Amino acid sequence: MTSTMKHLGRACIAMISLATAGAAIAAPGAPDDPFPATYRPAASGPLALVGATVLTGTGAEIADATVLIASGKIEAVGAKLPVPEGYARVDGRGKWVTPGIIDAHSHLGVYPSPATPSHEDGNEAVSPNTAEVWAEHSVWPQDPKFRLARAGGVTSLMILPGSANLFGGRSVTLKNVPSVTTQGMKFPGAPYGLKIACGENPKRVYGGKGRSPATRMGNVAGYRKAWIDAADYVRRQDRWDAGGKAGDPPKRDLQLETLAGVLRGEILVQNHCYRADEMAVMIDVAREFGFKIRAFHHANEAFKIAPLLAKEDICVATWANSWGAKMESLDGIEENAPMIDAAGGCAIIHSDDGLLVQRLNQEAGIAMTAANHAGLSISRGEAIRWVTANPAKAMGIADKVGTLEPGKMADVVLWSANPFSVYALADRVWVDGVIQWDRSDPRYQRPSDFVVGQPGQEFAR
Amino acid sequence: MIRLLAAALALAAAPAAAETVAITGGRVVTMGPAGEMERGTVVIRDGRIVAVGADIAVPADAKTVDATGKIVTPGLVATGTALGLIEVRSVETTDDRGTAATDFSAAFDAGYGLNPDSLLIPVARLGGITRAITTPAYKDRSDRELLFAGQAAAVALDGRAMLMKRGVAMVLDMGDAGAERAGGARAAELVALRALFAEVRDYKARRAAYDRGKTRDYTLSRADMDALIPVVEGRMPLLVSVNRAADIRDALALGREERLKLILESASEGWRVAGEIAAAGVPVLLTPVENTPASFEMLGATLTNAARLAAAGVIIAIEGNGNHREREMRYNAGNAAANGLDRKAALAAITINPARIFGLADRIGSLEAGKEGDVVIWDGDPLDTLARPTAIFIRGEAQPMTSRATELRDRYLSAIPPSANGETP
Repeated sequence: MTSTMKHLGRACIAMISLATAGAAIAAPGAPDDPFPATYRPAASGPLALVGATVLTGTGAEIADATVLIASGKIEAVGAKLPVPEGYARVDGRGKWVTPGIIDAHSHLGVYPSPATPSHEDGNEAVSPNTAEVWAEHSVWPQDPKFRLARAGGVTSLMILPGSANLFGGRSVTLKNVPSVTTQGMKFPGAPYGLKIACGENPKRVYGGKGRSPATRMGNVAGYRKAWIDAADYVRRQDRWDAGGKAGDPPKRDLQLETLAGVLRGEILVQNHCYRADEMAVMIDVAREFGFKIRAFHHANEAFKIAPLLAKEDICVATWANSWGAKMESLDGIEENAPMIDAAGGCAIIHSDDGLLVQRLNQEAGIAMTAANHAGLSISRGEAIRWVTANPAKAMGIADKVGTLEPGKMADVVLWSANPFSVYALADRVWVDGVIQWDRSDPRYQRPSDFVVGQPGQEFAR
Repeated sequence: MIRLLAAALALAAAPAAAETVAITGGRVVTMGPAGEMERGTVVIRDGRIVAVGADIAVPADAKTVDATGKIVTPGLVATGTALGLIEVRSVETTDDRGTAATDFSAAFDAGYGLNPDSLLIPVARLGGITRAITTPAYKDRSDRELLFAGQAAAVALDGRAMLMKRGVAMVLDMGDAGAERAGGARAAELVALRALFAEVRDYKARRAAYDRGKTRDYTLSRADMDALIPVVEGRMPLLVSVNRAADIRDALALGREERLKLILESASEGWRVAGEIAAAGVPVLLTPVENTPASFEMLGATLTNAARLAAAGVIIAIEGNGNHREREMRYNAGNAAANGLDRKAALAAITINPARIFGLADRIGSLEAGKEGDVVIWDGDPLDTLARPTAIFIRGEAQPMTSRATELRDRYLSAIPPSANGETP
């Protein structure tokens, strides 16, 4: 297994190199990976899930399927496959199997439970541009919600800074495994994201402090000014590079380093943006400075520009049920994600919430049911992609997780029932082929240190 | 879809009053003494249910609604909501849930200022919710501390004048929030409440003297004391938001000593003292999906709270996820069922139980002759994400199956190329 891991790691690096050919890979003097992932899956024996209905994450639904897992990877999926000798059998009859659920918008660990100022570390709300901060330095791995999310089938999450700032900082992608350190949860090889926020939040936070941005036009001026600085930073570095790296390298700047990473295509833009008109402006800003927006988050009005977002290949991470807290979310509808999907776009159901993260499967079910009621034709096989393959794409890890295709990491959920139903519970959850949740076995329900010895813990949540 | 729309339009266009509707052929889950019938008929005349049963003759003048293959339930009753008092949370002028006035708290009455045209109402209604207990919220400011948020009101969600009954409960926070409001300690609130109730009793006995200025000074305004008289008399329930097991015990003790009628709300650690709550005959409103240890008073929060409370004999009502997200109430009930609550009990927790808890069971909450005509027809299990209502009646009137959200949806749906349906290019 370890050798396979290394192999995939190399494949991933190669892919990034291709994407960034012609640009300097890293800032001079910047280590490639100063806070490297230390997560290594434990060894696990080969496994066969037999007899369940499988939603593969590629769009297919296979009845009476067999899923073979070996060396922490998906080996094969198909109807009634023979089980090779030596594979532990898991009886899936009457149950359902999906890829591990992936939350493309989470604040677990940076806004942990209990909510106290002592560890509410998600918004560095002191300056509209804090591209220099990294969410992983705020994550508290003992947030009890990681375990609750595991019980909801969530195997990977993108942890983002909040939306107080125009540039909130870097996101980090985690595997949802128990760990004392954040590095021990980091998804090996996952690219970083940059959180950008549109609209009401930044202008309210900084307008309220009597400084810019106080308006939406102030927001956009703030983005453009920062990208001009970032482009200049890239040019200086490239010049130094092209000049044979003679003399002192340009001084590193953490803030510009992250923005430069976006311009070089290494860091993926994750853009909090509700209104359709603002999304269209952000697409123009991205074009002006030559980068891509990977996903619009929350995006309650995405359905109004579904064909544009499909054409631009920008994912939409949204909810079925949340709307109306602010003017910019007043037009939220249940069918937002399905309409993106129907237009050929990349639709994602995300949580942004410590309760909803436990039920992303149900939220997808609500959107699917509403859409089919409205006359769209969304299959279960397609809808499961909103919480598996599509978030993986937005997070830049679609080559590793999100579907049950051979060679992918064996992040798998065994559900007690149709996963879109309220009655579906995650019976078991595997991450890289290793059992990390078992509803009927306390050995695989490991609670966080925080709740150990606290009152009222003598049950599985 | 066009057929559905046409049916919905036909229903919406039907005249409201003096009409007889017979819902036939569906599986009728009455939540009343008649229980459940595989194929039943519900007859509504002039806004009231006049007959429910398996062998009911359809009146000759009745407009028939075929519910074959569907499930027929009472309209759902939302608790812990502010429907009718809020539009956009961040827009102050649309938020009438509470007051920052310094001279009254208990007297604040959510039965005033209700807006039946609220955009939230059709959205909640499409989740099968036909009635609500509109509950005031605290609007705290640093220059005042209010113990009571005010009085809740029962409302109907058919777009007509909303108020069913005012003063169905007096709303109070205890635990963390109550302590903070009373000066920063739980004991401060418990002492203050006892003193206030004593004041109200004193005032009640000496109102004439009060009018002549012959009483000692009271802490509360006259309006607040008047509002609290039915509370100290045990006629109006005191709806106490509380979570920690120890705080629940304190609330129960307060109720016992002051002879109050209590309703507990939230009660995250209720399961730890479920026997005591049941013994006190106190019902609980809860959001069963609130299972994170979000604060130090909720360390024991669990998805099994609803099931454990019900097993101990506590009458529970299940709440939605708040105003704009009230339609999720039925899914919350479904999640309670998935975590151990009997499915029938889960449906009761969003129909007949809230009606009973707020003294409305003679009018709503079940399908029984004599009750108001709130009926929902579902295309599947009402607790499940996979089902939707196909028709909704309130006070006997078919409701439009649309909201502003569905109108926006339909406005943009046509821009999506049908060839792209479900395809990933």
